[in-house]
Amino acid sequence: MAPLRIGVLALQGDVSEHTDMVNLALKRMGLEGEAIKIKKKEQIDEIHGLIIPGGESTTMGRVSELYGLIKSIKDAALAGMPMLGTCAGLILMAKKVQDAKMGETKQPTLGLLEVEVVRNAFGRQRESFETNVKIPKIGKKPFPGVFIRAPIIGSILSNDVEVLAHHDDKIVTVQQDGLIGIAFHPELADDTRLHELFIELILKSTFKNRFSKEDA
Amino acid sequence: MVIATTETRLSKPEFGTIRVKRGFAKMQKGGVIMDVTNVEQAQIAEESGAIAVMVLDKLPADVRAVGGVARMCDPTRIQEVMDHVTIPVMAKCRIGHYMEAKILEALRIDMIDESEVLTPADDVHHIDKWEFTVPFINGCRDLGEALRRIAEGASMLRTKGEAGTGNVAEAVKHMKLIMGKIGELKGLGGEQIIDIAKEYRVPVKLIKETAKLGRLPVVNFAAGGIATPADAALMMHLGADGVFVGSGIFKSKDPLTRAESIVIATTYWDDPRMVLEASKMISEEKSMMGIDIKTLKPEQMMQVRGV
Repeated sequence: MAPLRIGVLALQGDVSEHTDMVNLALKRMGLEGEAIKIKKKEQIDEIHGLIIPGGESTTMGRVSELYGLIKSIKDAALAGMPMLGTCAGLILMAKKVQDAKMGETKQPTLGLLEVEVVRNAFGRQRESFETNVKIPKIGKKPFPGVFIRAPIIGSILSNDVEVLAHHDDKIVTVQQDGLIGIAFHPELADDTRLHELFIELILKSTFKNRFSKEDA
Repeated sequence: MVIATTETRLSKPEFGTIRVKRGFAKMQKGGVIMDVTNVEQAQIAEESGAIAVMVLDKLPADVRAVGGVARMCDPTRIQEVMDHVTIPVMAKCRIGHYMEAKILEALRIDMIDESEVLTPADDVHHIDKWEFTVPFINGCRDLGEALRRIAEGASMLRTKGEAGTGNVAEAVKHMKLIMGKIGELKGLGGEQIIDIAKEYRVPVKLIKETAKLGRLPVVNFAAGGIATPADAALMMHLGADGVFVGSGIFKSKDPLTRAESIVIATTYWDDPRMVLEASKMISEEKSMMGIDIKTLKPEQMMQVRGV
């Protein structure tokens, strides 16, 4: 198999934290591959999966709209490209977005995940927190969840969406086929299990063979 | 503050930890934070793609022009901005003014800038920032200042530059000084590290951490005099994690386009063709006039406040 090329959308946000985690996870899984920073639409043709990092969803949405990046990502995702979104990334992947205080936002999103996300659901930065999150899918040991002005998944719009984790009674991690949406920041924790889960999804997807002709 | 292992802690949510405060700053990376004085400007900033806004009573250029004592912005005006944008809202307090900072925290501001642009309230001390749940950002001119502010609990830094001048020269100088000194730490022996810690008046382990990382342990933005897309891209090229634009946007005659062009240049700073595209969006005739730093009297320099 060709080395995995995992893109991290690098318009803004905690990009290097994700590239570091991807490289560490690949190493721990004994896989060949690398994380690649993605800024231009042409680069979407060169990757096996894409991570949208934490940051400001309105900024990333607007900048990615300017030069057609948002459309390229959406087309690739519809063709089966696995994606992981954390915090702002989850917001960008969602079908519907509300702000906890200001209601419906007009911000551009990819509309891929069949969920409604509520932005700033816990409040402002003062209400940001760390806590253990139970995610049965990745094992018994709780995951260190870092929630920063975090959103939540307010409602699920399709039976294809599987809930992977709650905090209190709020949904904070979901999966829909090859798409994973996380309300917190696994890239800020010292635990690679969620990145490993994403890499496993890429390995299971047919999308990993997208370059097989050239590789053969 | 101790970072415990995840095994032994966090049965209950913990607020204001180092990871949560420095993490907030990491979310700002690669973006533009814009100075605003009212709701209308804040909305223009948000629309243009700003990652956050900084609310002031007056833009730095006006602080410079008007003189007198510059204080924290009215909480009512800050609240109005908080009620009208979804992006993070920051505000400035005077250096050493613990109570202005406490007011801003009570207001639930997202980050406090303990800023030399306002008139210092304490000539000797900065605020002890460790006890706050809300993260702080501080200005710095060199590595010693940067590390002293981190030792006091700052979660993010920015160059001081010379605010309100529309002249990027001082920000360039400060960024080069910081990056250059970090480069020099590489390969230094234990005794030399201890000497540097004494010279900078910071803990040895902070110097060691910086040397090991090859960068500051917190996010470091460029600020002070950035007025054009080219200025913003230059600061990114010099190693800034992102940029602040103070007077450069709302003292220009084309704020929305200028704001958008600076956001694009900051994102695509490593591609000159994109910076060119961004530069074409604006006209130099509409840039703020700017001030040659050499014409400023020593008492007019803001950067020497709070070192």
